[in-house]
Amino acid sequence: MRVSFNVNGADVTAEDVWPGESLLYVLRERLGLPGSKNACEQGECGSCTVYFDGVTACACMIAAGQAQGRRVRTVEGLSQGSERGGPRRLDDVQEAFVAAGAVQCGFCTPGLVVQAHDLVERTVGRGGPVPGDAEIREALAGNLCRCTGYGMIVDAVRLAAERRAASGSGA
Amino acid sequence: MTATTARTLTGLSSTTADGVGASPRRPDGTLKATGEFAYSSDLWMEDMLWGATLRSPHPHARILGIDITGALKVPGVEAVLTHEDVPGAKRYGLEYRDQPVLAYGKVRYKGEPVAVVAADHPETARRAMERIRVDYEVLEPVGDARRAAHDPHCPLVHDEGGLPVREDYRQSGNRVRHQPIRTGGFTGAAGDTDRERRVLEELREQADAVVAAEYEVGMQDQAFLGPESGMAVPAEDGGVDLYIATQWLHVDQRQIAPALGLPEDKVRLTLAGVGGAFGAREDLSMQIHACMLALHTGKPVKFVYNREESFHGHVHRHPALMRFEHGARADGTLLYATLEIIVDGGAYASATPAVVGVASSLGIGPYEVPNVLVDAYGVYTTNPPCGAMRGFGAVQACFGYESQMDRLAEKLGLDPVELRIRNAMAQGSRIITGQEVDAPLPMAEMLRRARALPMPSERLERADPRTLPGGVSGTTRGEGVVRGVGYGVGLKNLCFSEGFDDYSTARVRLEAVAGEPVALVHTAAAEVGQGLVTVKGQIVRTELGVETVVVHPADTRVGSAGSSSASRQSYMTGGAVRQACAAVRAAVFALARGRGAVPEGTADADLSLTGGNLVSASAGVLAALADLLADGTVVEETREFHHRPTEMLDPTRGQGASHVQFGMCVHRAVVDVDTELGLVRVVALDAVQDVGRVLHPQQLAGQIQGGSTQGLGLALMEEIQVRDGEIVNPSFTDYLIPTILDTPPMRIDVLERPDPHAPYGLRGAGEPPTLSSTPAVVAAVRDATGRALARVPVRPEDILGIER
Repeated sequence: MRVSFNVNGADVTAEDVWPGESLLYVLRERLGLPGSKNACEQGECGSCTVYFDGVTACACMIAAGQAQGRRVRTVEGLSQGSERGGPRRLDDVQEAFVAAGAVQCGFCTPGLVVQAHDLVERTVGRGGPVPGDAEIREALAGNLCRCTGYGMIVDAVRLAAERRAASGSGA
Repeated sequence: MTATTARTLTGLSSTTADGVGASPRRPDGTLKATGEFAYSSDLWMEDMLWGATLRSPHPHARILGIDITGALKVPGVEAVLTHEDVPGAKRYGLEYRDQPVLAYGKVRYKGEPVAVVAADHPETARRAMERIRVDYEVLEPVGDARRAAHDPHCPLVHDEGGLPVREDYRQSGNRVRHQPIRTGGFTGAAGDTDRERRVLEELREQADAVVAAEYEVGMQDQAFLGPESGMAVPAEDGGVDLYIATQWLHVDQRQIAPALGLPEDKVRLTLAGVGGAFGAREDLSMQIHACMLALHTGKPVKFVYNREESFHGHVHRHPALMRFEHGARADGTLLYATLEIIVDGGAYASATPAVVGVASSLGIGPYEVPNVLVDAYGVYTTNPPCGAMRGFGAVQACFGYESQMDRLAEKLGLDPVELRIRNAMAQGSRIITGQEVDAPLPMAEMLRRARALPMPSERLERADPRTLPGGVSGTTRGEGVVRGVGYGVGLKNLCFSEGFDDYSTARVRLEAVAGEPVALVHTAAAEVGQGLVTVKGQIVRTELGVETVVVHPADTRVGSAGSSSASRQSYMTGGAVRQACAAVRAAVFALARGRGAVPEGTADADLSLTGGNLVSASAGVLAALADLLADGTVVEETREFHHRPTEMLDPTRGQGASHVQFGMCVHRAVVDVDTELGLVRVVALDAVQDVGRVLHPQQLAGQIQGGSTQGLGLALMEEIQVRDGEIVNPSFTDYLIPTILDTPPMRIDVLERPDPHAPYGLRGAGEPPTLSSTPAVVAAVRDATGRALARVPVRPEDILGIER
């Protein structure tokens, strides 16, 4: 079957999709967007977290056909490429993950970055306060990390939220 | 994180920015955060095929026949291969070649690979596998590790005469290795069971307190997030290029090439992005299969296991059955200890012999005990194969001996920390193999420091339910919740042991690029997330005084780096990079002398490379490196670094200096337990660790916190449940690893007491926290509940005292 939807602002069409394929498979294997990771295929680990019509979801749990006509934003859509092929401009959350030591093997990082981005947008992004550690932990409870023990991930999200709040941009 | 650090700095040859001791960013961090980093599962080629593996549905069965004709007829299928298609050696193995590339004769565990398929789509491959017919004659499983170790009538997993016998491992029956250790009064009685029993009875009579108990450790999974995957690409020379997530490229190459019937130089490996390892990537998974299919079809073949297949696709931590007995004087001084530990290796040896070597030599832990009797067994069963996982045999023993220390303290009415301090090893102590600890081991101080760490605040009367056991489920508002505190300490060997020369190789190149000195460092060492890729750059900056360091991708075009395991890469590959840098530096000095840049009479010892310059201690800057190399001169040196030699344990008394280095971590756990529901919340899990020398404070903290969390998982939730040889929970829905809500903030207190034998004085740091956190958490739960808790993971019913 053919599936058409919007990814990171661009309209795309995937041809010859087998009906059993997930959105994750289509993103990774048909659209050249392997940033979303496949680690459990059961919606348990959060490594494939994407925005689906503005709401975070596990791409492995969405059948490819369900994406027809929808808006998807992946980890690749959070940073901005430079036109001259220089380094990408990172989102605050991505920058903070690298700075705070929240990245080890990095397999969970794309999913955590999208989920943390959502938290920052919903809080300081709307003029709210920097989320507390309990709120950060609750927001990321659906994302597994096997390397870090999570301490530096909490640090990274707090740092991103503080920087976002300090920069004062509301959207 | 709070880090209080007792620094004992050794002299540095340079103060270049982002060198050793600083916390520069990971060079791969940005790509990992943007999603652009290419993991082994992200590889893609235009004409690639998908590989898939048909696995045995039985734990133990004879293969009567395999019929692939139906599978070959499926449109889109390009190859179906069985053991008959293995071009070379039919068996492989890390150190002992007992594992079939594809099963022949019989299958020995559920999930063993029987056939492989290459097709145009993963679903096509799956459908083809459904059409492969395998006729099995089901055999009785060998599921009981104790019986496999001791019952001469137990059926054999590997038929007699099928494999070579290692006498020094005391192999017989289903025993892969039996390692005895005898010290003190047991030495003279070694091997004579009656005399050993009489010695033990005499010691019991001398003891004021005796504690004896059995303990059990469940099968833990490494649960890396990036499942087994890789791509094999056939090459024009008849060889193959393999892009793979592994822990040791060269040991893969050494196993793959013979199976393919190719010389090693025709099997070239490049490290693809690795989504975690923790020991699970020491053994081969899909490597040979992908290469076979690529060579057969002439097309690139990609394998990606899913999570369920991953649970069957790699070895796990050995489950262990342990019987301990300790006797002590009234003041707590240990008089004797005995241990029988049986680790279940499953169907194939993998790292079982080495795990037995660790479990025996470190079986009693970091305590001075004058009389010791240890028997460690590793056995074949038809359970899932077990091998390397972070902590490697020392984790299992540590849960046992630390539980014993707590029992003994309780029996003697002593404080558990005081009991440990009274019997603590230190520099100059000998472990039970007779090996002297010839580097600092400040165990007593570490225990005191752990005890002195600030306690978490008391639980509030109206606590946020998210901070209570049961968390967001809101199962309690504080009623029935009891707090407990527990300690654990563990001793781990670092680097490979028992005569293994696990050297590492580094190539370092220095040249001028666009008027700036640039260094390139090339090793085959696997970056698995631990941050070696950062550390290599730091070492080059420190040693060569250049700021721009390019880290070459790891591949087999440079010599072996050994494995990214045993906490050894900072030591071994760090040591190799440092040595190669020293050679480059010496070559630069010679070059500068040849060009008259060095004043007569200046010794090399007065020269250094700092801040991009050649500097003399007396005369200051002599030349800029960029000018010295401006004519296009390239200085390149390759060096192998070897640690000091070690010895095999002798097979009767287990004596020998088998280890390179020792590492230690002390944990204090604070838990809240809902004593009505059996739920535990770990409130704090704080660690004191001596790492000799901190290379990268931030990454070090990441290792300690990550390792502590895996130990927390083993204490409270992680177990591969095996029923009749079958894994019944092969998913992240049913195999639980700690989430961010299960994991507390972790305070770390790092000591730096340099090891004079090691590069920079460093001590491997990745594994020790995984040992001590498990017994500390369980001790805290015991403290809260009064339950004996002799098995990990601790289940809610264990806390409630419900019989299973």
